[in-house]
Amino acid sequence: MDSFEDTLRQLREAFNTGRTRTAEFRAEQLRGLSRFLRDHKQQLQEALAQDLHKSTFESEVSEIAISQAEVDLALRNLRSWMKDEKVSKNLATQLDSAFIRKEPFGLVLIIVPWNYPLNLTLVPLVGAIAAGNCVVLKPSETSKAIEKILAEILPRYLDQSCFAVVLGGPQETGQLLEHRFDYIFFTGNAYVGKIVMAAAAKHLTPITLELGGKNPCYVDDNCDPQTVANRVAWFRYFNAGQTCVAPDYILCSQEMQEQLVPALQNAVTRFYGDNPQTSPNLGRIINQKHFKRLQGLLGCGRVAIGGQSDENDLYIAPTVLVDVQETEPVMQEEIFGPILPLLTVKNLDEAIDFINRREKPLALYAFSKRSQVIKQVLARTSSGGFCGNDGFMHMTLSSLPFGGVGASGMGRYHGKFSFDTFSNQRACLLRSPGMEKINDLRYPPYSRRNLRMLLVAMQERSCSCTLL
Amino acid sequence: MERQVQRLRQAFRSGRSRPLRFRMQQLEALKRMVQEREKDILAAIAADLSKSELNAYSHEVITILGEIDFMLANLPELASAKPAKKNLLTMLDEAYVQPEPLGVVLIIGAWNYPFVLIMQPLVGAIAAGNAVIVKPSELSENTAKILAKLLPQYLDQDLYAVVNGGVAETTELLKQRFDHILYTGNTAVGKIVMEAAAKHLTPVTLELGGKSPCYIDRDCDLDIACRRITWGKYMNCGQTCIAPDYVLCEASLQDRIVQKMKETVKDFYGENIKDSPDYERIINLRHFKRLQSLLEGQKIAFGGETDEVTRYIAPTILTDVDPNSKVMQEEIFGPILPIVSVKNVDEAINFINDREKPLALYIFSHNNKLIKRVIDETSSGGVTGNDVIMHFTVNSLPFGGVGASGMGAYHGKYSFDTFSHQRPCLLKGLKGESINKLRYPPNSQSKLSWAKFFLLKQFNKGGLVMLMVACLAVVAAVIVKEYL
Repeated sequence: MDSFEDTLRQLREAFNTGRTRTAEFRAEQLRGLSRFLRDHKQQLQEALAQDLHKSTFESEVSEIAISQAEVDLALRNLRSWMKDEKVSKNLATQLDSAFIRKEPFGLVLIIVPWNYPLNLTLVPLVGAIAAGNCVVLKPSETSKAIEKILAEILPRYLDQSCFAVVLGGPQETGQLLEHRFDYIFFTGNAYVGKIVMAAAAKHLTPITLELGGKNPCYVDDNCDPQTVANRVAWFRYFNAGQTCVAPDYILCSQEMQEQLVPALQNAVTRFYGDNPQTSPNLGRIINQKHFKRLQGLLGCGRVAIGGQSDENDLYIAPTVLVDVQETEPVMQEEIFGPILPLLTVKNLDEAIDFINRREKPLALYAFSKRSQVIKQVLARTSSGGFCGNDGFMHMTLSSLPFGGVGASGMGRYHGKFSFDTFSNQRACLLRSPGMEKINDLRYPPYSRRNLRMLLVAMQERSCSCTLL
Repeated sequence: MERQVQRLRQAFRSGRSRPLRFRMQQLEALKRMVQEREKDILAAIAADLSKSELNAYSHEVITILGEIDFMLANLPELASAKPAKKNLLTMLDEAYVQPEPLGVVLIIGAWNYPFVLIMQPLVGAIAAGNAVIVKPSELSENTAKILAKLLPQYLDQDLYAVVNGGVAETTELLKQRFDHILYTGNTAVGKIVMEAAAKHLTPVTLELGGKSPCYIDRDCDLDIACRRITWGKYMNCGQTCIAPDYVLCEASLQDRIVQKMKETVKDFYGENIKDSPDYERIINLRHFKRLQSLLEGQKIAFGGETDEVTRYIAPTILTDVDPNSKVMQEEIFGPILPIVSVKNVDEAINFINDREKPLALYIFSHNNKLIKRVIDETSSGGVTGNDVIMHFTVNSLPFGGVGASGMGAYHGKYSFDTFSHQRPCLLKGLKGESINKLRYPPNSQSKLSWAKFFLLKQFNKGGLVMLMVACLAVVAAVIVKEYL
């Protein structure tokens, strides 16, 4: 407990010196992150392979390259993001200066999960640093190899008076959360999300919660089953299914199911070969606890594809389940593994009702050749994000905000949205001491005539003409 | 109460509040309500705060009419999908952000501007397409009653409801699940609201308060400064969340400030302030006694008269105030202005930064550099330079706090955004599967290089760029087909 206190106090003192305010300082930190990624790319890949059996391809595409891209985007745009944002004025304030000043909050806490341990550390970190904050990072203790690199190597690339890594499990995190932060960014599950928000409430700390849920995937009859199967399978089994935006379950008609299952088998074989356990392209489950949890789910419905598991290897085969009931365990929790249940519905309406009966998911997918079907699903549901005819491609566009709604989270980030998330938007109005005659209208003693004139002056005008 | 929330949720689920036309109809009905029932509304506000109807109009009703007009004029634009920049891989797709309603929203109002603090958020929540429950403050009883009477007469009763009551009812209400809660009030209750919201993972906007400092530089137009500060401080009898709470200035300025403000008070309220229809009263006995206790042991430069029967407290200024005294420990929320002397602007900045981040910050100076410096070296919800209160009236500026003064913001477009979910949407086609070969296993280094190229470069919609990109895409497709 004491060690946290000292660390936090030092970071706060550093923040109060104003060191993080200049663009130069922030850019220097961001360049440090860039060097970190470049200098230790191999080590990072090895660590990701160790923690999650991630292939080089997956590591590059979903962790290293994405992080690098965010660093580069922030470096390119830092000064423009930092600029005061001018806003339109009304007649009464026409000669004044009205703008929004973007300021750092101060001391930011970023809590990271284990499934994309590098990406989910660096992308928020980029935003927090670009916005001028000091940061405390709490990596996941479950992805141990990456945790080690973040604790021992990453700090060397940043100004350590403004940045700290703290380690530990749930107990230490709980202690950490008793302290006061100026912003908390949490990625993880809803259960812990509630704990984080309750802790933040004690200090009135604003938060972003990136949670999860069961992301539905509706497959219309009017589509090409093999194309759909390729896309769904890839996004489902990427990182062995341990992705918060992975399609969690499929809703389709009985007829479509009969076409999808063999198509999914084709996709699985094409991607991972006849014996997926030997494929270098398939990940592993993070630990025993989750392995056992997933193994339990294999008993739901009927196994149509895969179903094999190997405890010594923390391996679960790419699996498809059919004949699944809504009440079974596999439909009660976020799967977060390489298991894809197919549930049959009679039609689009039934699918939409099914989706709307449940918590708002982080992502929602719909596949159809007909754009009206896609647009209907979109219009009649809610979710953090949506992609028609593909998996989580929407996440790769940093021009789209990434975040949940309802039980899947609050707040958003990526690209400029990260910068905005970690900034206080401060409304500023700089008036001149002149023009006091106009102000006389507002002073007591009040009169109807003054009121009428004041009303005119307060209407919003975007042109710069004045009555004066 | 659970049933009421359920009823609203059901109505929301029916989709009735989604079409823009419906929302605009509701907003137009609200406008009619404010115009047709103006007398009743003004009378209620006036009764609650001992305010003249003229003041009630200019303090509260004007703002609402402006906000409704803003929404009516801008709703189509606000609710429209906003296109997003794409990368090569998504070049031929539709990428945009679609604002959507959140569902059932709870708005908890405060007693000091009882009408506007319910109505302004309500306008935003309706415009964003939500169902809404409003819970006016029980301390401003008359306004609470008139809202409960009028809102159901003008608005769709299945989608919008008024719940009245005290602590018990509010606690019960907070146990229910909402999709957003906007609370205006004090820090202590703000924490309770956020804690209750945490149980349901409900996002919150908290409009709290604090001590808003007002720094008067020696190089400023003191006449104007004092006039403006007098106006902002004593309006609504000091019961304004963004009132200048206390003044910081060099000791040599104190006497002149006192003198000028005294003269201004006379201009505004006449010789016998109690008789001025423009001077309000303290909301209730509890706050009256609280304010009275803040005067104890203080050097009263002018004012200080109180009358318990009418809950009158005269416009008061305290000088040479000790920063450790009670009046400097809590948000005053009354017509008492302490002046704390500092040696210079450095000391003022340190003084401000030693304390919680305020909702508003005020600086009076001719020196723009100095004003910028104070802004640069402090933090607050909002700032007005060379005036007070006014940043609230510019509805293109977000209104909200930071740190202990709150989280989130609203007004105008910011209200709409606060009560919406901005949903990112990417719509692709089912063709072009060959490009996807790049991403599917079995993987290879060359696939990786291409994948990175496609994923990570972003482009605007410029025509020439499109052409270039289309060519590149064709080349890429060919390469993929032939070589991978």
